[in-house]
Amino acid sequence: MTGRRWYVPWLFLAPALAVAITFFIVPFGNTAVLSLTDASTLGGGHFTGLDNFRRLAHDDQFWLSLRNTALYLVIVVPLVVTLPLLVALLVQRRIAGIGFFRAVYYSPVVASMVVAGLIWSWLLSSDGMVNSLLRGLHVVTEPIPFLTDAHWLLAGAMAMTVWKGLGYYMVIYLAALANVPRSLLEAAEVDGAGAVRRFWHVTVPLLRPTMILVATLAAIACAKVFAEVYTLSGGSAGPGGEARTLVYTIRETGLGLGGEAGYASAMSLALFVATLGLSVLVTRLNSREEQA
Amino acid sequence: MNATTAAPARPAETGAPTAPRPVPARPRRSRRALAALVVRYVLLVAVLLVTVGPFLWQLSTSLKGTGERVFGYPPQLLPRHPTLSHYADVVDTIPVFRYGLNSLLVATGSALSNCLLGSLAGYALARMKFRGRALAVGIFLATMIIPFESIMVSEFLMMRSLHLNNTLLGVALPTAVTGLSVLLFRNAFRSLPREVEEAAVLDGAGEWQRFVRIALPSVRGTVSVVAIFSFVFSWDDFLWPLIVLSDPAHCTLTVGIQYLSGTFTNDQRVIAAGTMIAVVPLLVLFFCLQRFFFRGVGEGAVKG
Repeated sequence: MTGRRWYVPWLFLAPALAVAITFFIVPFGNTAVLSLTDASTLGGGHFTGLDNFRRLAHDDQFWLSLRNTALYLVIVVPLVVTLPLLVALLVQRRIAGIGFFRAVYYSPVVASMVVAGLIWSWLLSSDGMVNSLLRGLHVVTEPIPFLTDAHWLLAGAMAMTVWKGLGYYMVIYLAALANVPRSLLEAAEVDGAGAVRRFWHVTVPLLRPTMILVATLAAIACAKVFAEVYTLSGGSAGPGGEARTLVYTIRETGLGLGGEAGYASAMSLALFVATLGLSVLVTRLNSREEQA
Repeated sequence: MNATTAAPARPAETGAPTAPRPVPARPRRSRRALAALVVRYVLLVAVLLVTVGPFLWQLSTSLKGTGERVFGYPPQLLPRHPTLSHYADVVDTIPVFRYGLNSLLVATGSALSNCLLGSLAGYALARMKFRGRALAVGIFLATMIIPFESIMVSEFLMMRSLHLNNTLLGVALPTAVTGLSVLLFRNAFRSLPREVEEAAVLDGAGEWQRFVRIALPSVRGTVSVVAIFSFVFSWDDFLWPLIVLSDPAHCTLTVGIQYLSGTFTNDQRVIAAGTMIAVVPLLVLFFCLQRFFFRGVGEGAVKG
């Protein structure tokens, strides 16, 4: 092309690169360095080698939050891979008013986590809508302690996550469904395959990459879950903080008065490795199944 | 759930929404089709209740008079004596307009900076060949792989040493341009045909003019997508503002609204009014711009 000076591309890139380096790359490096020190939030800190990581291995709060986060992942990811697909199939056909339904289904995505949390803590309170309905239908006699029992709190937070993500993943599935060639489905129909068989043997195999994508996105989102638990519990993560997630523990440990920045940085690295590991794992599982 | 059986009932008739097929005239078939359509609408309404029901119930609660029951069974769905007084209570309790203005500033700033800085960088990555390009792409990819939650502690320490904690600038800076914005712009600029650009080169247009006059106007769709997504992300973000803003006077709406539950009021009607104030502007914006939303998410998902 034209004789361009070498620095022209860098002039275009400079502002964005400056933001990315200053606010992601440098803090990430700093996190790695801090994780090897006993720095507090106020500053200071000495090199302590791998002490923080040894301490992590015996930290009950850390393991509790890791276990809760893992539980979250194991339950929510399958729900998020399947339910939005069913909803996408439901809104896929162009029938009267379908644009309205699609838009309304997406509205929880637009609402902020805090708003969702306040609404859901109201829905799930002992006198709230969910308990009222369950009692009215004689499913339970005593209200379920969604907000005061750690396990029920996690369950409520999971329901909230699924509710809020439904529209988002629905749209991803809609885009993928639009790419399923109709000729294949029609050929299967000519061959006498019923609707369910066409779905399982034509649509699902073609949707596999999208399902993997959704699983990866959902898994990473679950690993980082914070606001659901925080808002539902009014900031306490349940009685004794027993519904704590990894990010909740990082924030509690590393920030605020007397925060242990060094120790929290070690936890942060654990979070980073976990999210990285999840993406690698899902990709691996995918390629292995494709080879088989 | 009967959704599993009914939802995929007629996938053969879907997939190409732009070209509706003529309905076959055979009566037996059409009666079944009608039944399937009725089932489909019933399911659509069921999902509608689940998705929008919580909002509507919150709206109803926010309008209930002080003497009205908000707890208990059977739930009272509609307010008997609707009143707007709880909205006034919210305004009296927390500086909600100030919070809203703060959120608006941060979200608008984020939308502008993501479009501006993202398009500049995306253009360079898509249309220029230079040494170090792979490194630049790698840096933007890295920002997408590193979860913000894992760097928030050192990010907070950095903001404090820059004296930017407790400021709106401190809230906005880390996401002033995201790797996602840059890569969306790069994809958009990549798909522009070379010919137009070459014609401009022959006409003597410089790099900057080609960017402003030709490239940028051709990717208006991506501009609107990046703007909307950055705006909504900033408006909704909770964890980072919660960390960086400790002074209630500088809160954004998401953080400020937290103060309603617990600290200031125990009246569910007032909390409900507060959540409505926080969510309604965004829902209105969304319903006005929903075409762009769906186009944008679709494009992103297809291109992977």
